[in-house]
Amino acid sequence: MKILVPVKQVATVDEDCEMREDGKDVDLDYLDYELNEWDEYSWEEAVRLKETHGNEVEIVPVTVGPESAEDGLRRCLAKGGERAIRVWDDALEASDPIAVARVLAKLVQRENADLVLAGTLSSDHGFAATGVAVAGLLGWAHAAVVSQLNISPGTARITLRRELEEGLEEEITVRCPAVLTIQLGINEPRYASLRGIKQAKAKPLEVLSHSDLGLDDTEVGESGSLSRVRRMFAPERGQAELIEGTAAEQASRIAEIIKEATGGLQ
Amino acid sequence: MSEIMVVAEHRRGELTPATFEVIAAAVELKQANDMTVTVVVLAQDPSDFGGQVSVAGVDKVVNATVSVSEFQNDIYETVIDAMIDTRKPSVVLLSHSIDAWGYAPALAVRRQCGFTTDVFELRYDGDNLVATRAAYSEKMHVELDFPGKDTVLITLRGNIFKPIEETSTPLVTSFEVPTIEARTEHIGFIEPDSTGDVDITQAESMLSIGRGVAEEDNVEQFAELADAMGFTLGCSRPIADSGWLPKSRQVGQSGKTVSNCNVYLAFGISGSVQHMAGMKHVPNIIAVNTDAEASIFTIARYGVVADMFDIAEELKNHFV
Repeated sequence: MKILVPVKQVATVDEDCEMREDGKDVDLDYLDYELNEWDEYSWEEAVRLKETHGNEVEIVPVTVGPESAEDGLRRCLAKGGERAIRVWDDALEASDPIAVARVLAKLVQRENADLVLAGTLSSDHGFAATGVAVAGLLGWAHAAVVSQLNISPGTARITLRRELEEGLEEEITVRCPAVLTIQLGINEPRYASLRGIKQAKAKPLEVLSHSDLGLDDTEVGESGSLSRVRRMFAPERGQAELIEGTAAEQASRIAEIIKEATGGLQ
Repeated sequence: MSEIMVVAEHRRGELTPATFEVIAAAVELKQANDMTVTVVVLAQDPSDFGGQVSVAGVDKVVNATVSVSEFQNDIYETVIDAMIDTRKPSVVLLSHSIDAWGYAPALAVRRQCGFTTDVFELRYDGDNLVATRAAYSEKMHVELDFPGKDTVLITLRGNIFKPIEETSTPLVTSFEVPTIEARTEHIGFIEPDSTGDVDITQAESMLSIGRGVAEEDNVEQFAELADAMGFTLGCSRPIADSGWLPKSRQVGQSGKTVSNCNVYLAFGISGSVQHMAGMKHVPNIIAVNTDAEASIFTIARYGVVADMFDIAEELKNHFV
């Protein structure tokens, strides 16, 4: 059983950032990257499957992103897996989640994978769309927001739980092959060992372009997307009234506010 | 006149509250642009819901009888796809709900229609539909359009559009559902384990802790402080995921919405979109965080940029 795990680097913007000249995104210089939190959980789930089933399972982290995105792949490889794949070229700029999903679906076909474990969403843009779009492109069964998972390699159906609103969960079975999107809290992601981090540096990392995957220019980037960015802007945001002073003064003021708001209730 | 199609959503025999917000958004868009609103209901017996979705401004209700009582992604994808073929709506609106996450992207790639998610503002600029959503963890907003797309599929953020109270008598028709192979099967629901614990949705005053608490051993002092203050103890997702507090104490999208809360004292919570969805409506939010840039300060009434442990220690003296 081969499991592909798409991961991504998420960006946080610095305060006082500047926009790119075309006004459609933040200037790259003002972005900091780290591995998407959800992807820590989907990768951990894959690593555990590998540990349980040994040679029956192969796990491969993949990403669509520039060279800097290799940090995320190495972070995964430090915990498990023997190789990784990154897809990037200039034509992939301005891809929306659907255009990214097109690349991932081609990778799944090229690798002949049986299962995709994706993060439910990403903390920067939060579309919650890429994984299920990959399933749609492949024509595979899928389940989103998976909070508990039991897989035996070679099984025809997977039994799992999905997390719904307000703490409710649903148990379902899903036919294989499938794309599952993984929710936070499904496991406790491990820390990489120093030895693992060192070994990860030597593991093969294949780099591909969209044309290597048989995609033409119109299928990726803005023309392969189902939406187009008109402009990006910093919204007017609310700002809390700051309570200044020493900790003792701040606490007194908090107590005062609370007593006022609760009508002296304690 | 072009059509806005709304997909009603229900679970365990009840329409979701978000369905009414989506209908409200559709009616608002209709009124500004001379369109029509059609609500589609997929259910074993759609007439269970027909009356309820007949909100003022809804022109038509289309019922589709399906084989399952609960949501199934292949059925929703296939039926809505067939309905779009027949009805050719300009806009299809869904709630940005867990169920929609489970089929909207697959439907979008099947149709190659315009698509985006978690939208909180919709308008037309000439003939172009413009959708606004957040980016970079809410620090930025983005306007999107969908050039060349006859149909645009959008999921809408919750708690933005206000449900309409008035009712109407729309034209009700039914839709013949194609044959569908469902590749997932619903086995059952699992209730959150809250046996014997407090119901935080009833709490009027809450003290909530987040990642800033750092260690399980530190939870107890905040539990004691909450107790001394007469506040109910809550938390953000990482605390519940770590098992430091029961899931029933989690505030947010996947936890609870603290609908009766008047004072919310947040210690070490940076304010993810998901957490804020469950508490941003609270009138008196006091946030304590070391990071002056934390998102929670944009929705809090009062902010304290300080070490949460120092403040908690001092606060004890006021509530003994």
